[in-house]
Amino acid sequence: MKLELRGITKRFGALVANDHIDLTVQSGEIHALLGENGAGKSTLMNVLYGLYQAEEGEILLDDVVQKFAGPGDAMNAGIGMVHQHFMLIPVFTVAENVMLGHEQTTFGGRLDLEAARAKVREISARFGFHVDPDALVEGLPVGVQQRVEIIKALSRDAKVLVFDEPTAVLTPQETDELMVIMKQLRESGTSIVFITHKLREVREVADRITVIRLGKVVGEASPTATNTELASLMVGRAVELTVAKNPPVLGEPALVVRDLSVIDPQGQVVVNNVSFEVKSGEVLVIAGVQGNGQTELTEALLGLQPHVTGSIELDGKSLRNRSVRKILDAGVGFVPEDRTQDGVVAEFSIAENLMLDRSTSKPFVKAGNLQLNFLANFAREKVTEFDIRTQGIDSKAGRLSGGNQQKVVLARELSRDLRLFVAAQPTRGLDVGSIEFVHKRIIATRDSGLPVIVVSTELDEVVALADRIAVMYRGGIVGIVPADTPRDVLGLMMAGEPAPGTGEAA
Amino acid sequence: MSVLTEPERPQAEPDNRAVVLRSWKAPIALAIFTVIAAGLFILGHREGTTRFQLSQGSDLIQLPAPELPTFATGIIITIVLALMTAFAFYRVQKYRRVPIWFIAVFAVLFMTGFLTWAAAGATVPVPGLLIGTVTLSVPLIFGAMGGVISERVGVVNVAIEGQLLAGAFSSAVIASATGNLYLGLLGAMVAGVLVSFVLAAFSIKYFVDQVIVGVVLNVLVIGLTSFFYSQVLTKDPGLLNTPPRFSRIEIPILGEIPILGPVLFEQTIIVYIMYVVVALVYFCLFHTKWGLRMRAVGEHPTAADTVGINVTGTRFWNVSLAGAIAGLGGAYFTLGAVGAFGKEMTAGAGFIALAAVIFGRWDPIRATLAALLFGFATNLQNVLGIIGSPVPSEFMLMLPYIVTIFAVAGLVGRSRGPAASGKPYIKA
Repeated sequence: MKLELRGITKRFGALVANDHIDLTVQSGEIHALLGENGAGKSTLMNVLYGLYQAEEGEILLDDVVQKFAGPGDAMNAGIGMVHQHFMLIPVFTVAENVMLGHEQTTFGGRLDLEAARAKVREISARFGFHVDPDALVEGLPVGVQQRVEIIKALSRDAKVLVFDEPTAVLTPQETDELMVIMKQLRESGTSIVFITHKLREVREVADRITVIRLGKVVGEASPTATNTELASLMVGRAVELTVAKNPPVLGEPALVVRDLSVIDPQGQVVVNNVSFEVKSGEVLVIAGVQGNGQTELTEALLGLQPHVTGSIELDGKSLRNRSVRKILDAGVGFVPEDRTQDGVVAEFSIAENLMLDRSTSKPFVKAGNLQLNFLANFAREKVTEFDIRTQGIDSKAGRLSGGNQQKVVLARELSRDLRLFVAAQPTRGLDVGSIEFVHKRIIATRDSGLPVIVVSTELDEVVALADRIAVMYRGGIVGIVPADTPRDVLGLMMAGEPAPGTGEAA
Repeated sequence: MSVLTEPERPQAEPDNRAVVLRSWKAPIALAIFTVIAAGLFILGHREGTTRFQLSQGSDLIQLPAPELPTFATGIIITIVLALMTAFAFYRVQKYRRVPIWFIAVFAVLFMTGFLTWAAAGATVPVPGLLIGTVTLSVPLIFGAMGGVISERVGVVNVAIEGQLLAGAFSSAVIASATGNLYLGLLGAMVAGVLVSFVLAAFSIKYFVDQVIVGVVLNVLVIGLTSFFYSQVLTKDPGLLNTPPRFSRIEIPILGEIPILGPVLFEQTIIVYIMYVVVALVYFCLFHTKWGLRMRAVGEHPTAADTVGINVTGTRFWNVSLAGAIAGLGGAYFTLGAVGAFGKEMTAGAGFIALAAVIFGRWDPIRATLAALLFGFATNLQNVLGIIGSPVPSEFMLMLPYIVTIFAVAGLVGRSRGPAASGKPYIKA
């Protein structure tokens, strides 16, 4: 089915998320929609799917103008969507999720689960998926959950499939498998819109590429274009894809973690007997697919997890079983992975956010009173130093862009007297310019002689920053390998296979 | 078309990641009750024998009434309870859970011992105890069904109390004015729905905090019904507040079953409606399109929206339905039990129903059982008052609420409600 979008415009208040976007996807084509976070790709697709109503423009399927009042209309017209955040109900089975919204019933209004199971099995067989129709979705690995999303779309006879950032949660191997599935779908005549900001994937599967920047189509590219060409088209200026850094000047082991385990309140071992050390002047990147224990590991370092066993020593002093306050005072700087939830208080001003974890002592507080003049000077200085783009230090942090919020967090943490710096997914959801800035700051911190831990799920970032790489899988460390380890080896490690030569987990 | 083969993944490693965190809650609770048992049954020495009356005079099959020696029974039961407590400690020590049936057996034993002790030298009317339990549970069960439906669809229903009270008021007035009981039932449902409409409109359409709307609605209904009661109903009680009452209907054969027959099958039509409602809610919730969709809306409204389900509409109509069911429960106060409306006559039943929803883990059958437990606690206090228990009646009055607190705080711990319950669905 041929899909055509003509002059789609979508505004949110004063913000123009989509500005007269034109896009044509031919039948049986994989069309990549490339753009940075916040460029308006997902908005465009939500308009196509009927979740948002466009102010202007029209949607055509096989040259017929469509009117979508809601997702139901879009689905009936043959549009399916594999969402970035899976639209699956965790406590339902696969079959229930697939049937939801177009249920078949038998006598007395009873759900016809058998028909739904048969449908799941039939589509699974067609594409070689191994999906149990009676498995609960919450118990499935994310790669399989994504297949359930695909099955769900195909069970409604989708002729146009939209994949919204489908690889964000996948291991490199799962990503490769997804590429094969997409090609298979193309061969069976499905048109595919593939939304992403990852250049490698685009060049691998796309037949055509449309680049979006700040809500506008800025050009088309062919899959043969180089990474640098695509990146500069996406960002609008020349981009450095690598991080310039000198070889590390290594000192003594500063952070020593031994046999660390974390048990979550449900009794699951989320971090399993992990040991590693970080030298001063070194970046240890903890790589791995989202949800393999990285979050809990960094929270354990900060004293945020209740059930922790093993030992954590910084400069020879134990950090375990200490309050968060004591750990911060011991010189641990922390960039949490969820910026808006844990990094800044959206309703506080930038200045207030900059002193959030220093409210207990001088120079910010004297005799219980905030030193507002001191704070204002401090904030102005940091805003300049960290290039925080804002109207003033009194603007609310929630009004800043993601990149500038992250700069506030970095400024707060790095302006303390640190002995260890932990950054959990510090560039997630940021634009390329901010990513460059964050990377430079992290390397500068390393070069000042501090031990640095970075948690990252993006292989590009892992390789760019690391002096050594620890790969986590299902709560354990699969291995700790040097920074020049080939990507395919890292990919296998992220799926749980120890690196060749290292034997069992270090 | 090429066939994709699934690459072998090294996921076969034994899944030893789950650890049971030792929870000492259950054995400690059992230990406390064992100590209470020892204190009452042995130190609070009472002589004599206790008679358990199992059949009523009108029953076809007459069961013998066993007589237990009070002190000896108390000692034996205390020893058994102590052994069971020790076993519970042993299991937890070995990282194993204490099964729920074990706690149930413990509770029944403790209750037997307590009744034996409290009614020393007297007779415990077992059928009366159980019939009263069902009677007192009826509004709780209706309220709990309303709570289950409402919470499953994603709206916390704190307004059950208000729905019960509105149902009680309007059924009394309508049945009294028209002389027709069934119109009274209908009026109760309409009143419950009206309360629900307000809850739904504010929480679903205007995203007001659902708990706050619910609490305010309860206060509003109490205020309105009390006002009309004292200003209007008391002026002409003959016309407005003397509704007829449903009479008990005995179901043939089933009603002859020893002990349970009179308890379950010699009831008013409202109770029979209740059986049907519980069964229907259970069946529809888990086996029909309606149930699947409404559970989807309560768990993950965005996902439901993306498959073309109208989230707002689903929530609105199901909250209304919940109100209708809770309203029926209110009618039981006036048309089933008392026979007239009284100020604030629901006396917190809605909140206990809410506790039953949570204790029953949002499952209609379990919520019903929880409601029966709370009903039993309430009735126990009545019965002990009649047979003259040594425990002060003021203390016994707290019993249902103590049971509620223990049940909800202590035993529910890990239960997980509908994920989106209480969260408004705001579309961009």
